[in-house]
Amino acid sequence: MKGTEMAARRRSSEISTLRSLAAWAVGLVFLAPFLWLVITALKPASETFAFSVAPLTLANFQHVLVQVPLLRYMGNTAFVAVVVTVIALVFHSMAAYALARLRFRGNMVILNIVVATFMVSTPVILVPLYIITRQMGLLDSLWGVIVPGIFNAFGIFLLRQVMISIPKELEESATLDGAGYWRKYTGIILPLIKPTLASLAVLFFLANWNAFMWPRTILADQNLWMVQQGLSSMQGQYGSQWHNIAAAAVVVALPTLIMFLIFQRFLVKSIMISGLK
Amino acid sequence: MSATTSRRTQEARAAWAFLSPDLIGLGLFIVLPIVLAFGMAFMSVSGFGAVRFAGVDNFLRLLSDNKLPKALIVTFSYAILAVPLSYVVGLGLALLLEGKVRGGGLVRTMVFIPYVLSLVVVALIWQFMLVDKTGVVPTLLRGVNLGHISWLGDPQFALLTVVGITVWSQAGYQMLLFLGGLGGIPKDFYDAASIDGAGWWRRLTSITLPMLRPTSFFILLTSAMACITGVQAFDLIFMLTRGGPADATLTMPFYIYEQAFTYNDLGYASALTLVLVAILMVAVIATFALTKGARFHEGD
Repeated sequence: MKGTEMAARRRSSEISTLRSLAAWAVGLVFLAPFLWLVITALKPASETFAFSVAPLTLANFQHVLVQVPLLRYMGNTAFVAVVVTVIALVFHSMAAYALARLRFRGNMVILNIVVATFMVSTPVILVPLYIITRQMGLLDSLWGVIVPGIFNAFGIFLLRQVMISIPKELEESATLDGAGYWRKYTGIILPLIKPTLASLAVLFFLANWNAFMWPRTILADQNLWMVQQGLSSMQGQYGSQWHNIAAAAVVVALPTLIMFLIFQRFLVKSIMISGLK
Repeated sequence: MSATTSRRTQEARAAWAFLSPDLIGLGLFIVLPIVLAFGMAFMSVSGFGAVRFAGVDNFLRLLSDNKLPKALIVTFSYAILAVPLSYVVGLGLALLLEGKVRGGGLVRTMVFIPYVLSLVVVALIWQFMLVDKTGVVPTLLRGVNLGHISWLGDPQFALLTVVGITVWSQAGYQMLLFLGGLGGIPKDFYDAASIDGAGWWRRLTSITLPMLRPTSFFILLTSAMACITGVQAFDLIFMLTRGGPADATLTMPFYIYEQAFTYNDLGYASALTLVLVAILMVAVIATFALTKGARFHEGD
């Protein structure tokens, strides 16, 4: 009896060692292409296609930061991402407050319409959205990226799911004190949903930083280009200068990676919630 | 009595006020464009803004457009390959990393990083690794006599390559969703099954998969939508192949963009958009049918 138990335990520890090895192997396979990009960015041009890691150099980074207006593209993108994120969080938390905490006729209808708009992606509305943006005089303007970028059903839906779980009593005592809806929203609800707001902020920032199709469609003036557009344009201009393209790609990816690593916990949680609900 | 009525009205008024910024925005930038797409499909719109009524011209052109069947087949093939493949890879990763793994958190991060990268960076990474003959992948494959393959330049392989790149970039996201789903399955179920002598495969098919049905539904639906109408079907194609070689990777979103902004034919692009929406609807209905609308039990 004792012997079989020990054998079983040994077997299960062998399995867990095997599992760990397999997991690490898979993890490395997934990370390897990005690591290869980073290594390429750090190697001189002559070594681009060689299986070597030394000698490392920062020359490629110096070159692209001076020759390509990457910093300007990053500035434009950061501006768009911050403005969209701030306005979106205010609007979406307001809408979610109404949908989760206020009784009115048509509540479920509105919620369903909001969720349905979640299915509409940029390629589907690309052409009419272009016409609308042109009519508004926002072509070739960062506001043409910002204004349509604010409205996003996912944020409304996620905030509503979180707000609906807040106990009613919290608001009732404030009602007795004569607080209006605005005060209850800002004073009671918003402080309680800070973690969700934080994870949405990271998600929105990343989405705007990584956006390519819409900015490329409406921004022709190179001074207004956003970062993915700028990076993509190197493809033609820089032909096969992969060492420079790699360096630029690392510079462009760095802010998102840093942000992801810092806010990983928040992000992972909100992604898991989005899948469950 | 009248006090409660007026409080009700007040509450409803407040609700609409809170909702109005987002409702106006969603109406103007999502609902209105959909309505406009229908209208514009009957117009001839040049890129410079001249609009004239074109009747069913754009729809007749759909019938005689010999690129359209190609684009439809590409979009269909892309979804039918990438959706199940990334589902299996995502689930496999989640099952592997769900149990005790030394440094499991770090491995999850490593698998998730490709998802955080923009599709432009993803495309550049692979384009570089797949450079004909001298890239890392052809160099490594020389050992097994596959070094001569042009992964993005040969019409036979280009779409498969795009599918592979898609799976690589999305797998981490799907893994996370599956890990969330797996976490929701009570451990007692597995204990009971083990006592009954159920093996690994048996537990997977009779406990894990049925319990994961809501998660599966969500993942299949969102990844099918992403392949058919998502920006990935434009971003990756624009960066990697521009729809080529020989239209082998001409997805509908890329074709629509090309008609609208390369050939300045916004009316015809709108007609194509309607075709795309129709395909999306079919895919959504198919997903509902396959997963039985995310319900837990077969018989419900």
